[in-house]
Amino acid sequence: MRILVVGGGTGGTIVANNLARRLSGEIRAGKVKITMLSASDKHMYQPGLLYVAFGQMMPDELYRDQASLLESSIDFHVDPVEQFELDKNQVKTKSGKVYMYDVMVIATGSRIVPEQIPGLAEGAETFYSEAGAVKMFKRLREFQGGKIAVVVGVPHKCPIAPVEVIFSLNDYFKARGIRDKVTIKYHYPIGRIHTIKEVATWAKPEFDRMGIEYETLFNVKEVDVQNKVVKSEEDTEYAYDLLIAIPPHRGMEVIEKNGLGEGGWIPTDRHKLTMNGHDNVYVVGDTTNLPVSKTGSAAHFEAEVISENISSIVKIGTPVRDYDGKVYCFIETGHDSATYAMFNYQNPPNLKPPSKPMHWFKMSYNKMYWTSVRGLL
Amino acid sequence: MSEIKLVDARDTFCPGPLMELITHMKQASVGDTLELLSTDEGSGADVPEWVNKVGHEILSNEKIEGVWHIKVRKAK
Repeated sequence: MRILVVGGGTGGTIVANNLARRLSGEIRAGKVKITMLSASDKHMYQPGLLYVAFGQMMPDELYRDQASLLESSIDFHVDPVEQFELDKNQVKTKSGKVYMYDVMVIATGSRIVPEQIPGLAEGAETFYSEAGAVKMFKRLREFQGGKIAVVVGVPHKCPIAPVEVIFSLNDYFKARGIRDKVTIKYHYPIGRIHTIKEVATWAKPEFDRMGIEYETLFNVKEVDVQNKVVKSEEDTEYAYDLLIAIPPHRGMEVIEKNGLGEGGWIPTDRHKLTMNGHDNVYVVGDTTNLPVSKTGSAAHFEAEVISENISSIVKIGTPVRDYDGKVYCFIETGHDSATYAMFNYQNPPNLKPPSKPMHWFKMSYNKMYWTSVRGLL
Repeated sequence: MSEIKLVDARDTFCPGPLMELITHMKQASVGDTLELLSTDEGSGADVPEWVNKVGHEILSNEKIEGVWHIKVRKAK
């Protein structure tokens, strides 16, 4: 069986490594071959970008060589797919090569598209790229006081990030001794301060205690960069000195160009994780159109289900597990405390009070990620 | 009349039904109708609040066997 993994982010890497271990005997016997095609020879730990934006991590700490993370039996090529030919069970790559498959896993991820909102790319700081996070830190470092606006594009990766950046801003300016000179105003697209009801209920008194201002039902329409004013679809506006944006996202261009899914999100069965209409094509992580968080955590739990099922199909001819919508998100509640939200399709999160040990666990996880992505944790 | 686009946000806590609807509304064209399915008890009120504030149009809003079916037309 030829298994093709397209994309070397969190989901694709965990699937490939997990499969390589589960099917090691079949690979040695020449019955299974795993190939991974990726656009990059580097793998980035994306949650670390928040720490880079506050000077707590250096960018080089976020990267490993992709090849060093993969089981040696995986045939890895830096050669991104340009054409998906699902009717022929094959893809064509940038270099012109054709790869045929019996089973394919699409894990191409998502991208930020700040340019979709006029003025946002020019006017806002963001920490969703290495260059952006470094630039944001430099802006924060030189900031001596005034009004900071945080705005949130839709959809966005890591739905906890908007509240995390608020807590981090509060602690950062407290540590510099100028918190009283900084107004922080949070703007959120729906009618409460977080989409998860339990997070909103918990965060609201925290915001009040920290003196964070907030406006809900605020979807960014445009940024007047010259006059430093951010305007909403709901016809409100705010004049800022420093604008921080969680940028809107789309799926990857290659998905849209090949007509695999509107917005770059591939229609996916919420339990089987197969592409609708294609039982031999699995979709993992941000690439799906599932109504679950776009996070490494969701990608991780989906990847485990996909690899277990592909492996069982090889061994006994049938999948064995359904994805239950599981997501586990750390929530950094400042620079020295954290909590978490765990939920699935049926069970809402039950938030625990923030604690220092949970923050230390998150700090440890920042290193343990490399074990996790190898499929060991 | 254009085809109704279904946004199935049943049994989801994050990003949640309204956030899902906003995502799909951004991808839709003016005049398109979207039907949101939600099992979140609050959707019956939360969704019209946003739709009305931003200036789109609620075509229907009903709960059938525990699921909110909310039809929205993109007006701008």
